[in-house]
Amino acid sequence: MPSADIIAAALLNGLLTGGVYALVALGLTLIYGVLHIVNFAHGSLLMLAMFGAWLLVDRVGLDPYAALPFMTGIAFLAGWALYAGVIGRISGGDDRRILLATLGVAVVLDNLALVIFTGDSRTIDTPYAFAVVEAGPLLISVPKLISFVVALALAAAMWAFMTRTDLGRAIRAVAREPDGARLVGISPPRIFALSYGIGIGCLGAAACLLLPTFYVSPQVGNVFVLIAFTIVVLGGMGSFPGAVVGGLIIGVTESLGGLFLGESLGPIGIPLIFIAVLLLRPSGLFPTAR
Amino acid sequence: MTMRISRRQAIVAGSATLAMPAVARAEPASIKLGLIHPVTGPLAFSGSQCRLGGQMAIAEVNAAGGIKGMGGAKIEALLGDAQLKPELAASLVDQFAEAGAAGFTGCFSSSLGLAATQAAAKYDLPFSIDSGVADSLTARGLANTFRLFPPATECVDGAVMELEGVNKAAGSPVKSAILVHENSEFGTNTATALKEKLPGIGIKVLEVMPHATPTRDFSNIVLRIKEQKPDLVIISNYINEYVLLIRTLVQQRVPLVAMFSVLGGGFSLKFAKEQPEIAENVMDFNHWYNPRKPESAIFRKRVEDAGNTFSWEVLFGYYAVRLLTDTFAKAGTADKTKVLPALAASTFFPDMLPYAPTKFVNGQNQGAHASGLQIQKGEIRVIWPDQFADAKPVFHQPKP
Repeated sequence: MPSADIIAAALLNGLLTGGVYALVALGLTLIYGVLHIVNFAHGSLLMLAMFGAWLLVDRVGLDPYAALPFMTGIAFLAGWALYAGVIGRISGGDDRRILLATLGVAVVLDNLALVIFTGDSRTIDTPYAFAVVEAGPLLISVPKLISFVVALALAAAMWAFMTRTDLGRAIRAVAREPDGARLVGISPPRIFALSYGIGIGCLGAAACLLLPTFYVSPQVGNVFVLIAFTIVVLGGMGSFPGAVVGGLIIGVTESLGGLFLGESLGPIGIPLIFIAVLLLRPSGLFPTAR
Repeated sequence: MTMRISRRQAIVAGSATLAMPAVARAEPASIKLGLIHPVTGPLAFSGSQCRLGGQMAIAEVNAAGGIKGMGGAKIEALLGDAQLKPELAASLVDQFAEAGAAGFTGCFSSSLGLAATQAAAKYDLPFSIDSGVADSLTARGLANTFRLFPPATECVDGAVMELEGVNKAAGSPVKSAILVHENSEFGTNTATALKEKLPGIGIKVLEVMPHATPTRDFSNIVLRIKEQKPDLVIISNYINEYVLLIRTLVQQRVPLVAMFSVLGGGFSLKFAKEQPEIAENVMDFNHWYNPRKPESAIFRKRVEDAGNTFSWEVLFGYYAVRLLTDTFAKAGTADKTKVLPALAASTFFPDMLPYAPTKFVNGQNQGAHASGLQIQKGEIRVIWPDQFADAKPVFHQPKP
């Protein structure tokens, strides 16, 4: 049995990691909530955002946290353009075609990344990479702490944007009732593109938060995408609070699972949660009205 | 009906007729070689590196006038991406055999190699393994399969000998170790063999910790390591997890005499340059060139000058092809019935590698050895064995 210190450290680490998982899932749940489709390109777009962040750090010389506003903006514009220029046009409003379009985009992006960046993994070195905050026997990683705080702050900002602004209300109106929204002068195609852009913008932010502690490679999206899907299902598809709470639960489950069951068997906790939610509460912890 | 042919037409036609045999003599049929690697998917980087080395060897042979003894026949590469699917590797062998391949190299991963060599055995076509350390690759009695490079057991034995020597020379500061390995065949077999052999050199194994690939976070493993206070952590895993684990060990300030790996997937020049603080003094037992041969530095410069990353996989991809082309040249043919016995009797010597002269027994080169390596000041140095070393081992882990 691990000591109390180790259990506390694992719990804390799970929460910190869960914050970034939540941010990745936030984009996915927004896209699902508004467009009602699962964005199969989510992992590939996260990978591309991480390469973008890596270029800003490695080639431009920006600090990854200083790169965050730029990368969020770039990712938003890229997501918006991708939907308005490719996915929306291919789909013609048919959900099944949107699904296939995102799958096609994922295949193209993955292979494009292999051609441009090769299959190599890259990491960055920052002055604070190994900085820790000492809390009794616990050594809390500063980059992870920053990622956690920023991820939760961004999630709160997103929540405020969706509930307090006209644009947020328009997005929610389209998500609930596109025909009704159209009757009051809201353009659903415009909102779809905007929502897709915001969802991908979240990935831009997540990329900058992950970079100081993780690697980037053309396959890195796959490492996070299954987690993000599980979080969205757990939290309730389309639910913002669900994505945040789900992210934290998954982070802690992963961490404690690894501690008690070992790192080989530990990851079993995540698919078990996925199956249990589908069986017992298919609408998730925070079901959204449809 | 008669047809009038002008004098000019007659001269042109005559010249062409005379020239044709000469052209045919100058361009003998090319020899096709199948290069099968994972160039997409999780092993894309290493697979691409092997392919790069193979292509360099083919370009070199062709630029030097093709295969001597076969009228200068050129080599033509048939490139296959096996991803990480053994069934795809086997299917590529079938496809290339159909296209007339005279032999194969590949496949970086042992699991791909096992499937591909077996598929090639159906056609009795020679297969030169360029990487893949599983002993079973050459232990199944396949007469078509040859490995110029060392198998896993040889690497583990070598690593234990190196560790014993380095530890003794430093006054035996290492008395305990924890083994961390990825949980597929490569990592599990390596860790099992190490666990069995380390007590024989006075190192107690406190725990063996397997992990999946990919693993996103090593905090738990590192916390458990920290609690047990080992002198040494020995790692056997792939590139991304290797770097993540070492970063977490350093961040959690785990006091170790040394960090050591056996066939460490992330131990590379790139790791040394991207993470100089934590990479310093990390030790690995792995494949590398003989630094005492001037040709090694020239080869590495060729790779780097072309804008590529140098890694041992490039060298292995290169020599796997050279083994086949050398055998074609000596046998004077690419006919498999003559090439297979010629390969078995081959004395091909990969001069940039720290190997004894080549001698194949059941397809395994007996003179192949990995080396003890250490990152020192951003460069990979050979520290063991002495006859190939270009640096002395430093047996302590600096604090970043």
